[in-house]
Amino acid sequence: MSTGLRDSVIRARGLGKKYRQRWALQDCDLDLPAGRVVGLVGPNGAGKSTLLNLAAGLLAPSAGSIEVCGGPSAADVAQLARVGFVAQDTPAYARLTVADHLALGRRLNPAWDDAAARERVARLGLDPKQRAGTLSGGQRAQLALTLALAKRPELLILDEPVAALDPLARREFMQLLMEAVAEHELSVVLSSHLVSDVERACDYLVVLVDSRVQVAGDLDELLATHHRLVGARRDPDRLPAHQQVISARHTDRQTTLLVRTEEPIHDPSWSVDGINLEDLVLAYMDRTAPAVRRPRLEVQR
Amino acid sequence: MIEFHLNGRSGLSPYQQLVQQVRHALRLGLLKEGDRLPTVKEVASQLAINPNTVLKAYRELEHKGLVAARPGVGTFVTRTLADKSLSAHGPLRKDLERWLTKARLAGLDEESIEALFLSTFRGAGEDVA
Repeated sequence: MSTGLRDSVIRARGLGKKYRQRWALQDCDLDLPAGRVVGLVGPNGAGKSTLLNLAAGLLAPSAGSIEVCGGPSAADVAQLARVGFVAQDTPAYARLTVADHLALGRRLNPAWDDAAARERVARLGLDPKQRAGTLSGGQRAQLALTLALAKRPELLILDEPVAALDPLARREFMQLLMEAVAEHELSVVLSSHLVSDVERACDYLVVLVDSRVQVAGDLDELLATHHRLVGARRDPDRLPAHQQVISARHTDRQTTLLVRTEEPIHDPSWSVDGINLEDLVLAYMDRTAPAVRRPRLEVQR
Repeated sequence: MIEFHLNGRSGLSPYQQLVQQVRHALRLGLLKEGDRLPTVKEVASQLAINPNTVLKAYRELEHKGLVAARPGVGTFVTRTLADKSLSAHGPLRKDLERWLTKARLAGLDEESIEALFLSTFRGAGEDVA
């Protein structure tokens, strides 16, 4: 398959991963388009990290299949070279220096861009002789991102890259990432709890709850087709067929609905409002049946 | 050259905010015909936002005939929105300031002034339409 015609950068079918008795991810179907920055959000335990580790080839599926950049993940050296991965908490080898990390990258990666890696390290003000174990969290994250970008991947996967960083380090990390996306043709998938980061950085959203994709699509399109309707109490089952109810809340006299529709809403008895990304994400996270609902969601701005 | 900013509470998506800021700068004469907009990479890096968002905003401005992209050179302003009306801004601002003083003397607080202005503005808009 040629790169230009490929539509999916990650394609999962019936994908599952079992640790001893427990399924961390089960029966997951997913298609992520190439050339986008995909934000993967969902509550803890939804299977985000497991999914990303399967895509990076660090885990092998217990069930189903996952294709990355048109081939089985981590099938061979060429396939490994196509994918960059920044794991949760951006780990580095504590006893190795910054320069050692670059040397390792140079030896292990066929398409390594040494000039870019050195330039970034210099621009970030990292001392090549410093051991990674003594870097600040922000510096270590920048080093991890520098290494992942220097291997010139087609797909860059980042698992909660900025969760542990302070606001300044988080902004600097996202700046470097967005600059790289502007510079190279790069598909990115990043998981995050921070809706504000997803809103700025991503143009495609996937909400994953209990291994299931609740909603996936172009972020602007999703925001444009979801509306909050507030009006006198009524039965949501009697709405026009094109209005899909995502969430419904009732008091004794008022009904508040979150609906998805491509068409304009004409009913004058509703007061219609747009919604923001956080509302959208929460509505889909909350949609699963209470019996299977996970403990408290973590959404913060 | 202008610098963009994003407001998390504006209610507008990042792409709409970029479009609005260019239109605003054109209307106020901060951007003139021939001025270059920051490159997509510059905006993406400065604001830590998705380059496709910047591209989308620039495409919309291009579609509206306000800017033109010259491949390999940059995106340039082709038309201003200020036109003849810019010279009227000064006197109109004076009128508004006088009106604001009157409103404050009459005992209106910030919120009442804003509400009165907005409801009058919307009402007037409907009359014209």
